[in-house]
Amino acid sequence: MPSITREDVAHLAALARLALSEDELDHYAGQLDVILSAVASISEVAADDIPPTTHAVPVVNVFRDDVVRPSLDREALLDAAPAAEDGRFRVPRILDEE
Amino acid sequence: MAVTDLTRATAVEIAALVASRDVSAVEVTQAHLDRIASVEDSVHAFLHVDVDGALEQARAVDHATASGSSPGPLAGVPLALKDVLVQTGVPTTCGSKILEGWLPPYDATVVKRLRAAGVVILGKTNMDEFAMGSSTENSAYGPTHNPWDLDRIPGGSSGGSAAAVAAYEAPLAIGTDTGGSIRQPAAVTGIVGAKPTYGGVSRYGLVAFSSSLDQAGPFARNVLDTALLHAAIAGYDEFDSTSINAPVPDVVAAAQGADVRGMRIGVVRELSGEGYQPSVQARFDEAVELLRQAGAEVVEVSCPAFDYALGAYYLIAPSECSSNLARFDAMRYGIRVGDDGENGAEEVMRLTRDAGFGPEVKRRIILGTYALSSGYYDAYYGQAQKVRTLITRDFEAAWASVDVLVSPTTPTEAFRIGERADDPVAMYKADLCTLPSSLYGGPAMSVPVGLGDEGLPVGLQVMAPVMADDRIYRVGAAIESMLTDRWGGPLLQKAVAL
Amino acid sequence: MATLSHTGDVLMDYDDVMANFDPVLGLEVHVELGTASKMFCGCATEFGAEPNTQVCPTCLGLPGSLPVLNRTAVESAIRIGLALNCSIAPWCRFARKNYFYPDMPKNFQTSQYDEPICFEGWLDVEIETDEGPRTFRVEIERAHMEEDTGKSLHVGGATGRIHGADFSLVDYNRAGIPLIEIVTKPVAGTGKYAPEVARAYVGALRELLRALEVSDVKMEQGSLRCDANVSLRPTPESPLGTRTETKNVNSLRSVERAVRFEMQRQATRLSAGEVVVQETRHWHEDTGVTTAGRIKSDAEDYRYFPEPDLVPVAPAAEWVEELRGTLPEPPAERRRRLATEWGINDLEMQSVINAGAVELVLATITAGADSAAARKWWMGEIARRANDDGVELESLPITALQVAQVDAMVTSGRLNDKLARQVIDGVLAGEGEPEAVADARGLQIVSDDGPLLEAVKAAIESNADAAQKIRDGKIQAVGALVGAVMKTTRGQADAGRARELILAELGASEGA
Repeated sequence: MPSITREDVAHLAALARLALSEDELDHYAGQLDVILSAVASISEVAADDIPPTTHAVPVVNVFRDDVVRPSLDREALLDAAPAAEDGRFRVPRILDEE
Repeated sequence: MAVTDLTRATAVEIAALVASRDVSAVEVTQAHLDRIASVEDSVHAFLHVDVDGALEQARAVDHATASGSSPGPLAGVPLALKDVLVQTGVPTTCGSKILEGWLPPYDATVVKRLRAAGVVILGKTNMDEFAMGSSTENSAYGPTHNPWDLDRIPGGSSGGSAAAVAAYEAPLAIGTDTGGSIRQPAAVTGIVGAKPTYGGVSRYGLVAFSSSLDQAGPFARNVLDTALLHAAIAGYDEFDSTSINAPVPDVVAAAQGADVRGMRIGVVRELSGEGYQPSVQARFDEAVELLRQAGAEVVEVSCPAFDYALGAYYLIAPSECSSNLARFDAMRYGIRVGDDGENGAEEVMRLTRDAGFGPEVKRRIILGTYALSSGYYDAYYGQAQKVRTLITRDFEAAWASVDVLVSPTTPTEAFRIGERADDPVAMYKADLCTLPSSLYGGPAMSVPVGLGDEGLPVGLQVMAPVMADDRIYRVGAAIESMLTDRWGGPLLQKAVAL
Repeated sequence: MATLSHTGDVLMDYDDVMANFDPVLGLEVHVELGTASKMFCGCATEFGAEPNTQVCPTCLGLPGSLPVLNRTAVESAIRIGLALNCSIAPWCRFARKNYFYPDMPKNFQTSQYDEPICFEGWLDVEIETDEGPRTFRVEIERAHMEEDTGKSLHVGGATGRIHGADFSLVDYNRAGIPLIEIVTKPVAGTGKYAPEVARAYVGALRELLRALEVSDVKMEQGSLRCDANVSLRPTPESPLGTRTETKNVNSLRSVERAVRFEMQRQATRLSAGEVVVQETRHWHEDTGVTTAGRIKSDAEDYRYFPEPDLVPVAPAAEWVEELRGTLPEPPAERRRRLATEWGINDLEMQSVINAGAVELVLATITAGADSAAARKWWMGEIARRANDDGVELESLPITALQVAQVDAMVTSGRLNDKLARQVIDGVLAGEGEPEAVADARGLQIVSDDGPLLEAVKAAIESNADAAQKIRDGKIQAVGALVGAVMKTTRGQADAGRARELILAELGASEGA
């Protein structure tokens, strides 16, 4: 398995919206490399014909009826928000176009 | 009854006293609040003690009992709640700075069921940030200290809950277990802790770390109390699509039964050897011998895929958590950093997450982002899910010849605070024994089986098939019964008084 | 069509585009389902509610919240798939599409990735070509389930658009509303009719969804959204060119115009030796151009993985067949039947579909008008108004019932067509119901002979030459006199009756 570089970590941090410092980039790159080596063993073990498991108990078709239930009180919600205005959550400028 | 007696009582004893009105729930609660006040400076199990809320709940229980309604088996019993579960109007931080000051607008289903049972929630306990860790050192609010030795870790991520019970601050606690975070703290603090079958307890209101692995579960100082708490919180919840729509196994009856005659018990070969402290192994072997003497048939079972559990877990859990934690972006709740009128939303998100998350969380987010990124999914996350299938097959093969599997809960006694902080992989190895059943989804419990060479608790882990939660209680109760007889009381009484 | 793009470069003429390139289309349509509650929670889905009053822990993505799937949304998804001749997956899952945006409460969208619930279908659409009507089979790649996002208002800055805004205000009422995304396979072989095919496809899809009753499919309200993908290649045998995706296409008209513009824009660049940038573009209906949208710094790595909080959806064969039984008449059959009933051909029928008028015409017929009259009004006067205002027919403030009432007033002789158009104007202007408008404006054909005779006599007096011609036998001159009568009566005369009276007065008869 390829080792993780500083650039890789910077790219991943950007994807995950984490602003890492230069020191952190180095530090994590090193640590992640170690972790990946530790987990490398799993690449050898499972053959292609083994199906993946995503749920412990294999259940299907869990639905709810299309029925309206009460919503949350807006007051409480917006009080807990970092910023609110006119009944909406106020967020800083979104620089990109939709 | 004297104050210290109430804090030493079991949940069963407290419930009986409250039901018969020999003691009021308020008295019980106050006794525990006093205990918390006297030891918290040393232990730091709690992040928030809800004095007013607890007394109000206690009063409600007393009122109900007075007006003749028959209380449930846990009415009036105090409990410590891991800070990863939401409780309306009560600070919930998940051990993280990013949620500092957040008051949830809703209750977790577990909380609703506890209230319905008349349990008195004393407060929120400390934990590794977002449940990531095995020592509670990753809490943004400082570590919790093991009541057995304050320089030692209480385990993690549910270290606060375990320490609260071990320090007699509460007879019951709720923790969560994703890779061992109930069982391992129970082992290193000398108490009982169980992870129910995945889907056995609702995750609605449980702040998600690794969605396909997380489970809330009970802590107590004995197996029967643990079973009663398990029964109170388990069961189908329509708000959780992954919750099991089937009756809860009768764990209380199993705990009261405690009979292992004729049971077939498998010792997992792969969960021993290098890295396992010799005295931990010894206590385990002695306990297994006791089971043999009690009439169980004990055999060795090989589960080769268990060797890959660590690798699979440390790909699956970080992957799911990297996605689960994306919502913490300063837009709707939690802290907001850098909103100076100049910075755009993206920058504020970055600054907030950088300031709000600790190093272990960041490490796992990056690892998870990597494991899911295009080009790597098949090699990492996809492959890890296949390993999960192999582990499941090992369990299912084992059930053909045994009823339960046993192993040490964790390879060592509690290590010192700070000892493994710079060595993530060493830290991860604390979960070696608990990871396989997490990945499989089956129930597992840790029961105290003695002290190691450093005078610290050792736990034995019992694992059972999916939905056979009663079996872990049966075996756990049997072990406890035999050992408590030998010790003349619970293991905890050997701890130095705080 | 403008030949100058907004940048000042000369936009290549459409014929030149077609002489040098072959277009390939892709259409992605998002349908907001009309379920009572959201996809994964019980919040209401009412349009226009006060901001953030239809939210709960789940659709807000609060820590600890979990989704539970709406059964009716699944039914709608299956029915849509069946109506589009798709296969229904016997087993499928949801997946998380991970990206950050303030209107996304969880910063991932619960959607479907490589396991859509419906796949491999088709929809036939008809367009008018130089050689007559032609049917195109648009192949459907997939239809899958997902959830909608919240809505942001951008504040500060000049236009309320994102650029230059100081901050944004977010309303999460829309977050979690069920969406079905329908994706076509690349649509090739349309040649110069690409814009028309695009429009016809969206129009036909809209009719189909309306007939299924799964959504109110109002493009201007956002319950039907279209993204148009366009690419050009030198010849049909060439490999596919770079495509752009155009959003903000809010009407059928916009679909056609946007596709045409993109073809021209791309051709202009390619012919100038430049490359087409693979990007998302934004359509502007007012200026008739697309502009470059968000430049994504990290090419989207959505890191899809199966949603662990939901279990797979495995619709039983019996359930699917039961749902198949609830499908309405297939659109092609319905088109043919209605066309026959209305006595029109396929091409005329497609025009009605393209105008979004089928249901309106049907409702007008139900309210009492005959089919020709209903079509005449909706496809004529009212369609013209919709075009002028740049909106869809159905969003004009006039109902099928009102149109039927206007038509009834014409049939009964109270109004002629010209007066009827004025009544329609009045209804659209909000003056009230047709009868009330006619009364208030004093619109009424004068067919009472008394006043009409007055007007006739006055017209004869002031048009002596024409009158004489008629007496001499040149009946065709009567037109001028009728015109004069209409003028003096402000158009309210019954023209036919006026003509009779004029001829009678002058002692002439039609037979001459």
